[in-house]
Amino acid sequence: MFPANFDYYRAGSLAEAVDLLQKNPGAKVLAGGHSLVPAMKLRVAGPSALVDIGRIADLKGISLANGQLTIGALTTHAEVANSPLVKDNCGVLAQAAGQIGDQMIRNRGTIGGSLAHADPAADYPTVIRAVGAMITVFGPNGLRMINADSFFTDLFSTALADGEIITSVTVAAQDASTRGSYYKIPHPASGYAVVGACAIVSQADGVCSSVSVTVGGATANPVRCAGVESALIGKAANEANIAAAAAKTDESVNATMGDQYASSEYRNHLAAVAVKRALMAASA
Amino acid sequence: MSKLVGQSIKRKEDPRFVQGKGSYVANLNIAGMAHLALKRSPHAHAKIVSIDTSKAAALPGVIAVFTGQDLIDGGCGKLPCGWNVPNIKVPTRWAIQPVGDKVRHVGDTIAAVVAESRYIAQDALDLIEVEYEVLPASLGAKATVTSGIVIHDDLPDNTSYPWAIGDLPAAEAGLSAADHVVELKDLINTRLIANAMEPRAAAAQWSEMTEEMTLWTTSQNPHPIRLLLSAFTLGIPEHKLRVISPDVGGGFGSKIFHYPEEIITPWIARKLNRPVKWVATRSEASMTDSQGRDHVSTIKVGVKNDGTITAIHISTHADQGAYLSTFAPLIPTALYLTLMTGLYKVPGVYGEVWGTITNTTPVDAYRGAGRPEACYALERAIDVAARKINMDPIALRRKNFIPANEFPYQTPVALQYDSGDYHKLFDKLEEISDYNGLVAKRDAARAAGKLAGIGVVGAIEASGPAPSKVAGALGGAVGFWESAVMRVHPSGKVSLMTGSHSHGQGHETAFAQVVADELGIGVNDVDIVHGDTAKIPFGMGSYGSRSLNVGGSAIVKAGEKVRNKMLKIAAHQLEASESDLVYDRENGRVYVKGAPSKSKAFGELAFAAYTAHNLPDGLEPGMEEQSFYDPANFTFPNSAHIAYVEVDKDTGEVNLQKYYAVDDVGNVVNPMIVEGQIVGGIVQGIGQALYEHGAYDADGQPQTLTFMDYAMPKAQFFPRFEVARTVTPSPHNPLGVKGAGEMGTIAATPAVANAVMDAIAPLGVEHIELPLTPQRIWKAINKI
Ligand SMILES: Cc1cc2nc3c(=O)[nH]c(=O)nc-3n(C[C@H](O)[C@H](O)[C@H](O)COP(=O)(O)OP(=O)(O)OC[C@H]3O[C@@H](n4cnc5c(N)ncnc54)[C@H](O)[C@@H]3O)c2cc1C
Repeated sequence: MFPANFDYYRAGSLAEAVDLLQKNPGAKVLAGGHSLVPAMKLRVAGPSALVDIGRIADLKGISLANGQLTIGALTTHAEVANSPLVKDNCGVLAQAAGQIGDQMIRNRGTIGGSLAHADPAADYPTVIRAVGAMITVFGPNGLRMINADSFFTDLFSTALADGEIITSVTVAAQDASTRGSYYKIPHPASGYAVVGACAIVSQADGVCSSVSVTVGGATANPVRCAGVESALIGKAANEANIAAAAAKTDESVNATMGDQYASSEYRNHLAAVAVKRALMAASA
Repeated sequence: MSKLVGQSIKRKEDPRFVQGKGSYVANLNIAGMAHLALKRSPHAHAKIVSIDTSKAAALPGVIAVFTGQDLIDGGCGKLPCGWNVPNIKVPTRWAIQPVGDKVRHVGDTIAAVVAESRYIAQDALDLIEVEYEVLPASLGAKATVTSGIVIHDDLPDNTSYPWAIGDLPAAEAGLSAADHVVELKDLINTRLIANAMEPRAAAAQWSEMTEEMTLWTTSQNPHPIRLLLSAFTLGIPEHKLRVISPDVGGGFGSKIFHYPEEIITPWIARKLNRPVKWVATRSEASMTDSQGRDHVSTIKVGVKNDGTITAIHISTHADQGAYLSTFAPLIPTALYLTLMTGLYKVPGVYGEVWGTITNTTPVDAYRGAGRPEACYALERAIDVAARKINMDPIALRRKNFIPANEFPYQTPVALQYDSGDYHKLFDKLEEISDYNGLVAKRDAARAAGKLAGIGVVGAIEASGPAPSKVAGALGGAVGFWESAVMRVHPSGKVSLMTGSHSHGQGHETAFAQVVADELGIGVNDVDIVHGDTAKIPFGMGSYGSRSLNVGGSAIVKAGEKVRNKMLKIAAHQLEASESDLVYDRENGRVYVKGAPSKSKAFGELAFAAYTAHNLPDGLEPGMEEQSFYDPANFTFPNSAHIAYVEVDKDTGEVNLQKYYAVDDVGNVVNPMIVEGQIVGGIVQGIGQALYEHGAYDADGQPQTLTFMDYAMPKAQFFPRFEVARTVTPSPHNPLGVKGAGEMGTIAATPAVANAVMDAIAPLGVEHIELPLTPQRIWKAINKI
């Protein structure tokens, strides 16, 4: 548990952070440090330098404007879990954040770090895709927005270009007709998701008017379950309809992750169970 | 009479522990201290063709790099085995494997780097170039015997020893007389990693002028370690070697044994004439600390239709890992097969075991050590038997109990149980769990379509291994007595030096309660001194739930001697005859029978002993007494546990909803500490049932070297445990106590396993192997 040598810089501003990243090839951004530092201690990651963005005020805070909820990249899991703004406008994010790791992890880990890390077993990526978030990033070429659907590109890989830093995550505020739920099946050792499913259901006139379902943990990045979604749209959100829809999970989820604890076959099965349970909770 | 014994006094040691102010080996910093890191084998089995340390040695900040041959040339001996059963073959094990020899498990040591910082040492490890000839790994407690892969040249069938006990013809006769024979074939008792909170560490300082070595090590027993270092591995004479085990953060058995790092660290400190420190990383601990369990057994139990158990026959292969750890052969022999009859009277019993060698981390004692393995095999088989004859699992057990009036009871497998009342134990269990209510709850849950199950276990433990002469006859190189020195200071304060070692158990409190009651003083007038060979008499340390029943008994004996000397002084000064005096253990004074005002206080007598102005003729001054207590027998704690679970049909996840435990650990000195031991033990036992598994892949690569993969049981997984006690004092030690440290672990694994099996039995599943992970359960209930 002894990392190799590295240089350490503390960035005072976003521009300075981007500058430091460009000047130091092999440097990495340090946010909460709860994915990066363990990897460095195991010598799985060996950045030449760390650019600590932890004190950049622009990256902090949660706000609501024009029906858009914006969460700064440095916002910790605990802050999201406990935020009344998040609970009222996109409750599923708070619910999922409250299930990440343990209290110490939630006090340090950040939403930006979790998304940038793109761990297949992480919770946020699954939820971010289901709620259709936009991820704002800043880099050498200025600001740009990336749709959550195209943000995750592979195992631990994202659409972030060299030198780009996530600044915030934005989701449309949900009204009372919409409910979301995240169902997590945790690994007893790590607490990470073996499989997690997120369901967002809007109901009108007694039927589901829109449905969004994602599954993480089974594949390199979370996947959307279009078959499940379309099977439920226009139908009443009752147990029979939900079960029938959840049975279509395997149209979208074809697990590539698998280990001694949970084979890919078992993860495929769990995905359908988690989808059903997330849908039930989102429809209750 | 006693005023402190029996009270839940808060632990005296906890303020420093909970504030993070304990003093552990890792905290030690001596001026000029260098840092040691060890190069570990990445292969399970390979010949070491060559090692090139030149690049590592050239790294700035590196002080020296040593290989195995350096230590051998420098006088380090092979690691001995401390328990040599008949016909044993002990494979050679060096502190560091030399070039030309082999590495035999992932984590085997091949070189040592000493550097100015731990970080530099780590960098240097990556610069050591080792050429290996990789060999196939031989794995599996049973499969290794026929793998054809030779791990040690002198053990061609990878078998170190056979061992057997019992009466084979009687067992066979019992099986043929049975109405049913239940057989569990190749039953697995999972390999576990102890995972003490504090990883192992060692630090050493050499004094060139006096030729004295001080070694700080995370040991459960510093004196035996010093003896082994002196006599076998390091060669520094005992009187020049001081071994200190300061605060130690848990052991669970894994810190009993003599480890290579305890040789390497002081050897280097002397060689370089510099203090040196080594601290294991968590992953290093996971691949080098001796591990637990890992049996493959076939057990047959004969039962009659009325529930009478007629015979038990068990054959076990016990994986001992790549080398024999210090006490490895003791665990699956005298601490395992001798417990095979549990709480029951069984006419025909036979057990046999083979200690086998594999390309894995060595296996030795781990909380319960042999007894959980016995209890799991037996109690699983009894459960299957109860289902087969359609009998209530408690009723079947009751049918076979050794009756309370037959103690002391000689079992057919060597042990003599000291005392017990198993019906009373189960009466209490049925009462606190509302057993009939629990059965009704399960049946209602089943009727509602749920998978619900109840698991019952009756468990026996043999704690405080004894006596020494039997240990010798069984192959032990050690005795099993314990020492105490009671030093009453002139002011009436007391230091009690014990050979027992506390690494979390609370001895500083419980032992102080015993001392205080022996003398009639306050608990804060006593300090318990342990863990330093320069301060304490030779003692055997702590393991096998022995500390209070053996170490505590030594304290009582020393206390008696102090009281007797005090009586002599008081008789002289009060001009009374000793037989007319009373030692008042409530108030710490001696008075004349019938004339309580004629008295001497404890402090007065202590002071008088040291001024020696007015002592009886011939009585030596001072007030310090010692005792070496060799117990007459083990003590036999016993317990009855019930678990209630519901299994999620869709995911296979187990929801443990209720857990009730009744333990009989004899008299209790500190109920709070005992409850903590029982609950902690239960959690560890459930860890084995549901979560923990030190797994290897087919190449012998360990799969669980971090807590990302090795599932430790966590508080949020559990309901509140309801624990209660019955008390059947041990008749043969002065406190009437029995061991309390391992009972929970022994009973909990089969209790939860039986509950899960009961829950899924309606789906036609008879047995699945541990740990009962959701995937395994899901596969079993879906016949995948
Ligand atoms: C014991 C433990 C249990 C955990 N359990 C869970 C769990 O159950 N579920 C779960 O989802 N996660 C879990 N985590 C991970 C945790 O949530 C991490 O905090 C999170 O994944 C990373 O956030 P961080 O702020 O700590 O990022 P860091 O560790 O600081 O960084 C992670 C990576 O992201 C990059 N990065 C960080 N911030 C930015 C940014 N703003 N822009 C661009 N790149 C950036 C870094 O360069 C690095 O590559 C666990 C972690 C631990 C240690």
